[in-house]
Amino acid sequence: MLRATLKSLLSRKLRLVLSGMAVVLGAMFVSGAFVLTDTIGRSFDSLFSNAYANVDVQVTGHEVTEGQQATVPASVADQITAVPGVAGQPTPQVLVDGARVIGHDGKAVTTFGAPRYGRDWAGEKDQVQLREGHGPQADNEIAVNAGLAKTANLHVGDQVPVLTVFEPKKTYKLVGIFGRPGGRDSLGGETEVDFTTPVAQRVMLGQTGVYSDINVKAAAGVPDDALRARIATALGSSYQVKTGKQLADENKSSIQSGLSFFNDILLGFAAVALFVGTFLILNTFSIIVAQRTRELAMMRSLGSSRRQVIGSVMIEALLIGVVASLVGLGLGIGVGAVLAALFGGFVGGLQLAGIAVPLSAVIGALAVGIGITMLAALMPAIRASRIPPVAALQEVATADRPLTRVTVSGAVTTAIGVGLLGWGLFGRAGSGTLWLVLAGVLVSFIGVALLTPLVARPVVALIGSLFAWSVPGKLGRINSGRNPRRTAITAAALMVGLALITGFNVVVSSVSASLHHLGDTQVKADLIISGQQSAELPPTFDPAVLEKSKQLPGVREVAGGYLDIGKVNGKAEGIAAVSDLPALADMFPLTAKEGTLAALGDNQAVLDEDEAKTLGLHAGSTVTIQLSRGQPHTVKVVGIYAKNDVFNGWMVATNLIPDFRVPQPAQAFIRLQNQSDLAAVKASVARLLADSPEVNVTDRSGFIDQQVSQLNSVLTFIQILLALAILIAILGIVNTLALSVLERTRELGLLRAIGLRRAQAMRMVTVEAVVISIFGALLGLIVGSGLGVAVVRALRDQGFTNVALPWNQMVVYLVLAGVVGVVAAILPSVRAARINVLEAIAYE
Amino acid sequence: MTATTATTTRVAARASEVWKVYGSGEARVTALRGVSLELLRGQYTAVMGPSGSGKSTLMHCMAGLDAVTRGDVYIGQTRLTGLSDAGLTRLRRDQVGFVFQQFNLLPTLSAKENILLPLAIAGRKPDKPWYDTVIDTVGLRDRLSHRPSELSGGQQQRVACARALVSRPEVVFADEPTGNLDSRSGADILGFLRRSVTDFGQTVVMVTHDANAASYADRVIFLGDGRIVHEMAGPTPDAILDTLKKIDLSVGGE
Ligand SMILES: Nc1ncnc2c1ncn2[C@@H]1O[C@H](COP(=O)(O)OP(=O)(O)OP(=O)(O)O)[C@@H](O)[C@H]1O
Ligand SMILES: [Mg+2]
Repeated sequence: MLRATLKSLLSRKLRLVLSGMAVVLGAMFVSGAFVLTDTIGRSFDSLFSNAYANVDVQVTGHEVTEGQQATVPASVADQITAVPGVAGQPTPQVLVDGARVIGHDGKAVTTFGAPRYGRDWAGEKDQVQLREGHGPQADNEIAVNAGLAKTANLHVGDQVPVLTVFEPKKTYKLVGIFGRPGGRDSLGGETEVDFTTPVAQRVMLGQTGVYSDINVKAAAGVPDDALRARIATALGSSYQVKTGKQLADENKSSIQSGLSFFNDILLGFAAVALFVGTFLILNTFSIIVAQRTRELAMMRSLGSSRRQVIGSVMIEALLIGVVASLVGLGLGIGVGAVLAALFGGFVGGLQLAGIAVPLSAVIGALAVGIGITMLAALMPAIRASRIPPVAALQEVATADRPLTRVTVSGAVTTAIGVGLLGWGLFGRAGSGTLWLVLAGVLVSFIGVALLTPLVARPVVALIGSLFAWSVPGKLGRINSGRNPRRTAITAAALMVGLALITGFNVVVSSVSASLHHLGDTQVKADLIISGQQSAELPPTFDPAVLEKSKQLPGVREVAGGYLDIGKVNGKAEGIAAVSDLPALADMFPLTAKEGTLAALGDNQAVLDEDEAKTLGLHAGSTVTIQLSRGQPHTVKVVGIYAKNDVFNGWMVATNLIPDFRVPQPAQAFIRLQNQSDLAAVKASVARLLADSPEVNVTDRSGFIDQQVSQLNSVLTFIQILLALAILIAILGIVNTLALSVLERTRELGLLRAIGLRRAQAMRMVTVEAVVISIFGALLGLIVGSGLGVAVVRALRDQGFTNVALPWNQMVVYLVLAGVVGVVAAILPSVRAARINVLEAIAYE
Repeated sequence: MTATTATTTRVAARASEVWKVYGSGEARVTALRGVSLELLRGQYTAVMGPSGSGKSTLMHCMAGLDAVTRGDVYIGQTRLTGLSDAGLTRLRRDQVGFVFQQFNLLPTLSAKENILLPLAIAGRKPDKPWYDTVIDTVGLRDRLSHRPSELSGGQQQRVACARALVSRPEVVFADEPTGNLDSRSGADILGFLRRSVTDFGQTVVMVTHDANAASYADRVIFLGDGRIVHEMAGPTPDAILDTLKKIDLSVGGE
């Protein structure tokens, strides 16, 4: 008897551990997210406090466009010197993102989001400490920071090719390597190339005699704020004057918003884990309640109230919730610390602040973990309270309840979910779209999960008949159909992850198919020069390539595009300058709706009809365009082109290019003459691009594949995210099977007594698992395809006209689901095989 | 050994000097103390004795469900001691039939499927005439498609008996097969087991507490405290009751 009690306790422990696992994972990601962002946030805080430690006040030009400041003439320094309270000479400097060193592999050295500064060498002061060599003295000399020297393996004396904002590749001689105080190679992962001042001004600002900013020191006893105010008054409104502290705070808050992205991703992990976990917990408690029916009925017949029954189940949930959340919190702190360390290593040189546990992590983990567990246990608890006292006396207490109610509520819930989804996708919900879609997906999942028990029996029977050729297979099939609710919830948990993955896959493959279709039917450009953007500045190439490629034999026309973000009548807009508008119009078939698409004269522009309509512009109208540099231009609209699936937006004349943030082309489209050799021309263009390592030339379909491959990497990431959901679903299958094996101990004993071999017992359990997981996978594939197709249909207006189902992937998922079933069955089937025949028969 | 070969052809199962000890130390229980027993082909044996005397243990050991501590057990020519789990499983499947007191059937399968289960597991086809004979003898033809939950306790036991016989095992072991039944249904089962011995030459061993039930058998073995204390051939209810009283006096004296 004692043995039986202990055994049931042990088996109970396993089931509690399994269902608690989902909560642990959820709580882990919640707390991990908070710990990570807190740690990184504090690390950046100290980074910026350090970076601006020696800056009391900084003067920059006014903001021309979002994030783009005007230059400061050298003469301003003299004006500042005259302001009372300024200590010594102000230090003007050039410090601009966009100096890209080309490494030994011929590729531009990248950072992970940190800026690639081009600076003027101002001697070994402030926080710059030479480690080797000296500062640049001649126009062809540079110094780099130690971080860059290490990543790119550069040594003093090397000839180093550098791409700058205003110049294509040019080679400089490396004469010095410097570090930062405290032996650090960089402040926070940024790379720095220091030129002599005139060179820095020319290649980074496009003009000598100007600076990006001027740093000012306050005299002793003058507060920074006071000095800031005095300088601001002295200089007037065309300059921005900020204290070092203000700058540090601004940088911090922009990093914070970047970090909140991390936070959202991790919270997304948590949400998926917990959503799927809810199914698992719900199932566990349902099974526990079913197994304790007689005991609970006995309690009821001895006089305990319904409330007490609910209470006894909920207390168990509370305990699981508390323990699992605490474990999750602990693991989350670890995960946060590990991720922070990884991040620090990634960024390279970010000095990590110590790990601390913010209150938000503790509260978040506990609230979410306990809340979800209690919520999931509520329904089984209420069901437990409805057990009539007579159930204690009946042999078979839980007859199959009819599925009508659950099916009706499932149908209603699904309808609501699909409605929300439709509203989100096809309605004009504006900013609420994302939330509507998320809510729609969530509610649909719950609805489908409620509908699953109804389809479980026939579908499971069908899947199971694949395995019915052997007795264990047949028994496994029968077992998997025995409790449609249990099978359904277990399968539904697997459905969620697979549906999301399949949905994303459908969208990606449809987008790819649509793009290829568009490309093949509408675009006549044969070759495309472009690069993958990995930093704030777009990858660019030498403008000379445009002219040279036009001269290549076999090339019919070339159109190069320069990109900038400007302001049209005060509103931010993408602006392109096109080297040859007629060529572009020919390649993308653009047709003039108004005016002409002939070659643009100075200060002329064309735009698409939608944009023209929004702005109320016509051929002949004039607008004011402010580009990243210089003064606003008055530009005349000479043509409006008809709506095109591939191309839209502003295109301006090439005389405006010098005011672009990067006055070098980012893209080019090349059309060949009929019957010319594509491969040969492509190779020639590639040779022309030898000095422009940030871009490459591809044919049309290669270009589309390249664009899609960016989507593919998003997809990979999502797959990793959702693998977690699937992992939890696997735990669910293990849990369900382990409980089923336990419940059927006597049957298993009987089967073994009449001659079922161990391997056959294992096969029986495995078939049950495989049937459940394939059922879940089928549901997921169907629901996911539905979701994906709905999204693609909603994107129809955007030119995504083709729906393509990723059959290969789907088959792979189905096969994987089978493997998942086999893996999930390992533990329970070993348990089933180990059952002691005699004990099983004597089992009470 | 050659001397025994002649007899083994007549012996369906044999236990020699079988000891069975459960647990160790304080909790040590000796359930069987040197039991030797031969079950002859076509013989119907009843095993009786007070509760805890080792009847079920003896059945389990002889049927290959449990290992003996000392001694040897044979089913037909096969020595059970030292067989692997796979070997024992195959033996149970092919050469042994078992009827328990209750929970004999898989609730998910119909009566017919339950009956054919050992053959199905072995991947063997039933011998059609024999199958028909068994079904008709137990009188279940109109109930074959029913699930156990749709059958009465007596009918369920009859299905269990049919299952135990359908593979023509060397021996059928029945541990209190009528323990949960009223006397009418019990008599059906007993009559059926009797017929399978008389008409079809099966070998049956049955544990029972009921003197009337035991009187269906050809011989009765009396166990007391793990030993065979008496044996009786051609038993009558009265003779059995007398013997039981004597044993109770001698064993219950402790
Ligand atoms: N698994 C076990 N572990 C320990 N002791 C056991 C075990 N099984 C049986 N016993 C002991 O062995 C002895 C014989 O038990 P057994 O079940 O064979 O008796 P029985 O004659 O069948 O009794 P009953 O008429 O009550 O069925 C008893 O003392 C019992 O307590
Ligand atoms: Mg017994």
